[in-house]
Amino acid sequence: MKKILIIGATSAIAEATAKRYAKERASLYLLARNEERLASLTADLKTRGASSALYALLDVNDRSRHEEVLKEVIKTLGTIDVVLIAHGTLGDQKACEDNVEQALFEFETNAVSTIALLTRLANLFEKQHGGTIAVISSVAGDRGRPSNYLYGTAKAAITTFCQGLQTRMFKSGVHLIIIKPGIVATPMTEGLSMPAMLVAEPDQIAADIVRAIEKKTDTLYTPWFWKYIMLGIIHVPSTLFKKLNL
Amino acid sequence: MKAIQRIHGWGRYPIIGAEVDAPLVVSGLKSAVENYGADGMISRGLGRSYGDSSLAKYVIDTRHLNHLLDFDKNTGIVTCNAGISLADILDVFVPLGWFLPVTPGTKHITVGGAVASDVHGKNHHVSGCFSDFVEHIKLLVNPDNLLLCSETSHSELFHATCGGMGLTGIILSVSFRLMPVSSAYIDQKTIKAANLSEALALFEQNYASTYSVAWMDCLATGSSLGRSLLMIGEHAQDHKLACPAKHPITIPVEMPSSLLNRFSIQLFNTLYYNRITKQEVAHRVHYEPFFYPLDGIQHWNRLYGKNGFTQYQFVIPKEAGQEGMNKIVKKIAASGKGSFLAVLKVFGKQNDNLLSFPLAGYTLALDFKIEEGLFPLLDRLDAMVLDYGGRSYLTKDVHMSELTFKLSYPRWEEFQAIREQNGTKGIFASYQSRRLGLDT
Repeated sequence: MKKILIIGATSAIAEATAKRYAKERASLYLLARNEERLASLTADLKTRGASSALYALLDVNDRSRHEEVLKEVIKTLGTIDVVLIAHGTLGDQKACEDNVEQALFEFETNAVSTIALLTRLANLFEKQHGGTIAVISSVAGDRGRPSNYLYGTAKAAITTFCQGLQTRMFKSGVHLIIIKPGIVATPMTEGLSMPAMLVAEPDQIAADIVRAIEKKTDTLYTPWFWKYIMLGIIHVPSTLFKKLNL
Repeated sequence: MKAIQRIHGWGRYPIIGAEVDAPLVVSGLKSAVENYGADGMISRGLGRSYGDSSLAKYVIDTRHLNHLLDFDKNTGIVTCNAGISLADILDVFVPLGWFLPVTPGTKHITVGGAVASDVHGKNHHVSGCFSDFVEHIKLLVNPDNLLLCSETSHSELFHATCGGMGLTGIILSVSFRLMPVSSAYIDQKTIKAANLSEALALFEQNYASTYSVAWMDCLATGSSLGRSLLMIGEHAQDHKLACPAKHPITIPVEMPSSLLNRFSIQLFNTLYYNRITKQEVAHRVHYEPFFYPLDGIQHWNRLYGKNGFTQYQFVIPKEAGQEGMNKIVKKIAASGKGSFLAVLKVFGKQNDNLLSFPLAGYTLALDFKIEEGLFPLLDRLDAMVLDYGGRSYLTKDVHMSELTFKLSYPRWEEFQAIREQNGTKGIFASYQSRRLGLDT
């Protein structure tokens, strides 16, 4: 029976992933802010077959609570087989351009909180000598684009941080996987105009995540074709890139 | 105010601008209902109704309210949020030996939509509609009034809501009975019928089969008019419950609508009819291709091009029989507009819901792309169907007139009375309900 911790558990990708683990009879511990959604989600996971599903409230920006919450998780689960870090906000790029406070707040939510959590989790996993740390970054971190470069900056920070941590963790038998989803139809992206051909469903992403954790993939682009799209995008010369509106 | 989104039903016609609120929690849904109440709103699930029944200026999208709440493995009763899809239910419960008691031809609909459309399936003649397996629903008639409705509690509202196209409130959760099965496979038999009378006779001969449906070539004429492949099925007993993973193919973009013309469709239909050469073929197939052949092609609605399409499904009473069906099919064949295979089926008796579609008789469903001359043809078909005492399916309808609706759904006044009693008239309203004269 796998023991799974999910941070940002009510995000669409996290929920879809949790549902897949529930079907495998895992024990799940969920952390997020929305209690009503968490309560309903835990009922769902138990109905799907989870051995247990518990939740606690956590605002990731409330960093003073990280230690205590993680302590409680360890007390309950014992060891953690997989932690999935899935929280994030897309933010309003335009608003971030006019308002320094908002820009920094987005960065706190998407990068600083994750770095704080990963720092504690890394030490816990090192002591465990095993397990998987799965972190949702984004293709948006591969190159800054005018439409969402604040979000992209935070994700780039996460990616780079995780690359370093991945190598450090490897030495103690801990696997870290960097997950870079493309465009996904979730409440976070609702209302955005997106090219229909490229939009994936959360469950497709979840299926890829579960499989990649099993296969110990280091960096997962999901769906797979984003690897090649981003390979193209990072190689567009900046003289041309500046003229595009991506 | 939310940004205006362009939305449409499965037929991609009409396309309208709407404010869409997609709450994550019940309390969020309640406040959405409060905010939009004055201007009227309609709830919407996966948008698989074909026409304008899930369209309104204010739409409450229930897709994120998609959790399972409880399952009793002794009785098979599952309780879930209304926004969960049938696909999700199948994924979870087939491996445990349970199946949907009634399923339409796609699994990509929500449970709430299944209730609101009171969907039927290939087993209607023996099992009835989806609502026949519903224990109870929780219906939000206004933000302060959440009612438990069932055969025994608020039963009038229950019978108005099942098949009520979302016009009586928003279904928040549904508790319904699954059916035990010992296999994910179906023993299928395909039988050739050279024309309509053979097809209808075969339905009668196979009335005891759990599932029966026929794919008809609606472009064939003369002595081949109504030639069909009848498919009957029973749940296999082989104890194989695991489902192999399948990857559907996708129609990536809108196709030019000229791709589907009389000749290409005739060719397809002829090939389809002749794909089996023997009179009768038996196979064991997975439930997916048996129940959901078109789900294997994602976004197949893009095949009809940018103007979209409609699916016309009507039923005529058994008394009108073969003669009636013959005349209607002739009319369609003569128009040359009929598209891919039409689906023919014999219905069992009608239920007590006020606006449910099925009644004892023959039903035919076929696609038409939206083009000039289509609506006059549909008017003529409506008139013939009405003449035989039949009606067409609100979930697919995009064109029916108010008069045709009111004559063919005689209990519409009871339906309105219940909406008025509960204060939902004018509050929960769609483009369709306005077209049909249920709202102004």
